[in-house]
Amino acid sequence: MLTLILLLIPLVASLLVLFLKGESVKWFSFFASIFQLIFTFYVYSVFQNKEAAKSLLAINIDWITSPKINFNIALDGMSLLMVFLTNLLMPLIVLAGLNRKQERSHIFYSLMLLMHFALIGVFVSFDGFLYYIFWELALIPIYFISLNWGGVNRSTVTLKFFIYTLAGSLLMLFGFLFLYWNTNSHSLSWFDLTVNHICSCKQGFIFWMFFIAYAIKIPLIPFHTWQPDTYSTAPSQGTMLLSGIMLKMGLYSLLRWLLPIIPNGVAEYTPIAIALCVIGVVYASVIAIMQNDLKKLFAYSSIAHVGLIAAGIFALNMQGIQGGLVQMLAHGINVVGVFYCADIIINRTGNSNINTLGGIRLLAPRFATYFIIIVLGSVALPLTNSFIGEFMLLFGLFEYNSWAAILAGLTVILGAVYMLRMYQKVMLGDLNENVTIFEDLKWNEELVLATIAILIFVFGIFPKPILELVEPIATEIFKISFVK
Amino acid sequence: MNTLIYTACLGLLCLLAEIFNFRKYLIPIVVLGLAVIFSLNLQTWNHPETHFNGMLTDSNFSTAFSGLAIFIMLIIIILSGDFYTTSDDDKHITDYMAILVFTLCGALMMFSFANMSMLFLGIETLSISLYVMAGSRRFEVKSNEAGFKYFLMGSFASAFLLFGIALIFGVTGTFSIDGIGVYMRNHADHLDPLFIVGMLLMIFAMLFKVSAAPFHFWAPDVYEGAPSLITALMSTLVKIAAFAAFYKLLSVCFVFAMGKAEIILTVSCAATLLIGNLIALTQDNFKRLLAYSGISHAGYMMLAIISLQGSTDSALFLYSAGYAVASLAAFAIAITVFKSTETESISGFNGLAKKNPLLAAGLTMAMLSLAGIPPFAGFFGKYFIFSEAMRNGYENLVFLAIISSIIGVFYYMKVIVAMYSKPANKFEVKPTFAYQLVIIVCLLLSLFIGIFPGLFTKLL
Repeated sequence: MLTLILLLIPLVASLLVLFLKGESVKWFSFFASIFQLIFTFYVYSVFQNKEAAKSLLAINIDWITSPKINFNIALDGMSLLMVFLTNLLMPLIVLAGLNRKQERSHIFYSLMLLMHFALIGVFVSFDGFLYYIFWELALIPIYFISLNWGGVNRSTVTLKFFIYTLAGSLLMLFGFLFLYWNTNSHSLSWFDLTVNHICSCKQGFIFWMFFIAYAIKIPLIPFHTWQPDTYSTAPSQGTMLLSGIMLKMGLYSLLRWLLPIIPNGVAEYTPIAIALCVIGVVYASVIAIMQNDLKKLFAYSSIAHVGLIAAGIFALNMQGIQGGLVQMLAHGINVVGVFYCADIIINRTGNSNINTLGGIRLLAPRFATYFIIIVLGSVALPLTNSFIGEFMLLFGLFEYNSWAAILAGLTVILGAVYMLRMYQKVMLGDLNENVTIFEDLKWNEELVLATIAILIFVFGIFPKPILELVEPIATEIFKISFVK
Repeated sequence: MNTLIYTACLGLLCLLAEIFNFRKYLIPIVVLGLAVIFSLNLQTWNHPETHFNGMLTDSNFSTAFSGLAIFIMLIIIILSGDFYTTSDDDKHITDYMAILVFTLCGALMMFSFANMSMLFLGIETLSISLYVMAGSRRFEVKSNEAGFKYFLMGSFASAFLLFGIALIFGVTGTFSIDGIGVYMRNHADHLDPLFIVGMLLMIFAMLFKVSAAPFHFWAPDVYEGAPSLITALMSTLVKIAAFAAFYKLLSVCFVFAMGKAEIILTVSCAATLLIGNLIALTQDNFKRLLAYSGISHAGYMMLAIISLQGSTDSALFLYSAGYAVASLAAFAIAITVFKSTETESISGFNGLAKKNPLLAAGLTMAMLSLAGIPPFAGFFGKYFIFSEAMRNGYENLVFLAIISSIIGVFYYMKVIVAMYSKPANKFEVKPTFAYQLVIIVCLLLSLFIGIFPGLFTKLL
């Protein structure tokens, strides 16, 4: 019941916001997302109490009898973590756009809240068909957000993004259909699918159906070509949604719908998967070092970071899985911060080329402080949240294969290279002639960046709640997926 | 079979309108009549009966599809009020209405046939009415071309059908489909070659009617040339009627003989999927685009025809319902835009989002439903058909269907992109009340079927 409320609040808000006008649109969306966040804390407290949790949090209604599809939503540790991430980032994203002028803002925020609804749906669905519906539903709002409010060349870029992702989703649909008819239980419920596996002979093929869909979403090399253009073309709030939450859909799905359901397929193709992830890490980092465009640089850095998460997950041990979940949260927070800083810079100076910027620290010292904290968070300095995640991931990867861990560990060094190079060129040094006026942070910008900075340190110093939250489900997934 | 009789009487009433001069009230009368017939049709639900010495049967299958057909015709007649507005049209409005209602009669016969002669009568009534309507714009070259092409090729196909029926009669000695089914069961392992040839000829004729490859060549030209409202009728009612008849024919008469025809049907399905989607990518005329997309939808529906066991009839019905409402909404919007911009190319939709955002949203929803994206009806229709095909072991065909779905998304998105990101042309677009009503009703139905498909999956 509570989960259903958590799911429906954004949908109702999305429909209501269509009737508002002007500034009230943004305030209404903000308060709706804050309410959702507070409700998430309440749900978390209920979740701690195990006995009450079962009846309050899970719903299993018969939706369609033939083929058997249930409206099955529930919350376990992993889902709750992802829902928390989504509900945490959403008010920040809405707050980020508070002082920007936007035409037809009621449609924009309606689409954002609709996407919020679809994202939560992905994370709480425990029936494959329901999950698939929410997965595809999440594509529509972001497509229209990018198409109508995006930057240069937006129709081609968003069309490529839409069709590429849809192609992957349709392959996943084939996988689900195959699983439905070839398992003994003839249902798409997660609980059934993790217990009844299809025969190992066919698992290899179905592994690829799912893996390609997730590889496109995350993205992993060589399915990443849609990402840099889409991240630079989308409006800043769209990019924050895409990079902060939407790509976590792919990583979450690896743990929820790939590893426990196709364990033999995973065991067979893990070497290839890890190879792709690790190559992606190094490749994306090297490209990021050579990038001069701010948004593209951060896009490639995002590919590098999530490549590491995916590699750690495929290492198939407790550290890898737990590290992946922790890093998902950390990366979500950091990447939203990073893209918001990019947006502030591009908005104030009108260009995104780091060679034509410089010395912003002199004009906006507070912004410089927050920016360096977020940059160091992204680089995974100890005491920041992503340090915990990356450490656990590299540890897990090392247990799998030390060379993979060493190559993947390059991300830490290369990450420092491109991030610090960018920071030096943009913020430090002498004032570039293109940067004449740079107002320091407005109140909403400072609030967003301060929240992110505080979270970076809080989760870096005190990751215990997250680790405790995900341990049960991580153990369960590890037990199911680990095939000798 | 009261539905059929009432519909025929309604058609005669339309002809009487010419004599007794109540042309002004004709369309409301027909709409009311069809609504009454729809509710009377519902009374045959769960009342299986045979009429006219085993010529026609009422079953849930025929009731469901008849209900869908009556609904489609109702929508078309509502739309025709503002479509037939020229003085030439006004002279012939009673004829048009009568022929449309007789088309519905033909479709009703195709759903409930129990005898080969009724199948042929139904197909001919449907087709001849449509030959006339496709060529009804007498002063437009394209309309004449459409009517003539449809007539020539359609008659040819009907001749094949008759030849097939004759051969099967020669072998089995009966026209009744139950009798043929009995013969097929008794001789399943040693079927007479003439029976197989007859079956194949009938299959070819039905493949023509549903515009499946390689018998699809008439569809783009006929769809493009016919008046847009008739194109809407052809792409929805005719396709659905032909598929329902095809399904009934195969499932009652030819189930155990399907092994012989399986290769042909599989190749035809694969070719239809690929040809429909690939050629649609190159189209610039919106009606032609919808024609090719209709061909690809015929390919998806053929998956149900090939699988034949299990709940494929429910799958076919659900898919048809989803496809019909989305198509009708798309055509309603398209007709409005064609009227305002006086062009049928996709560039007429440029900038529609700025000129009339609600129409643009409506067409977006219709296109997304046709492309098979949740939460619209088209998605669940596709899912259900794929599911049934998988259950019967046709995994490779389903994989091909998924690949062609991916290709299909391109041209649906082309229209959406034109509406939202191309600069607007100067024509104003204002739909009339009837059109707005139809668009809203169809899209709400599409969402309803998409969110509550459970009501339809166990129907038949």
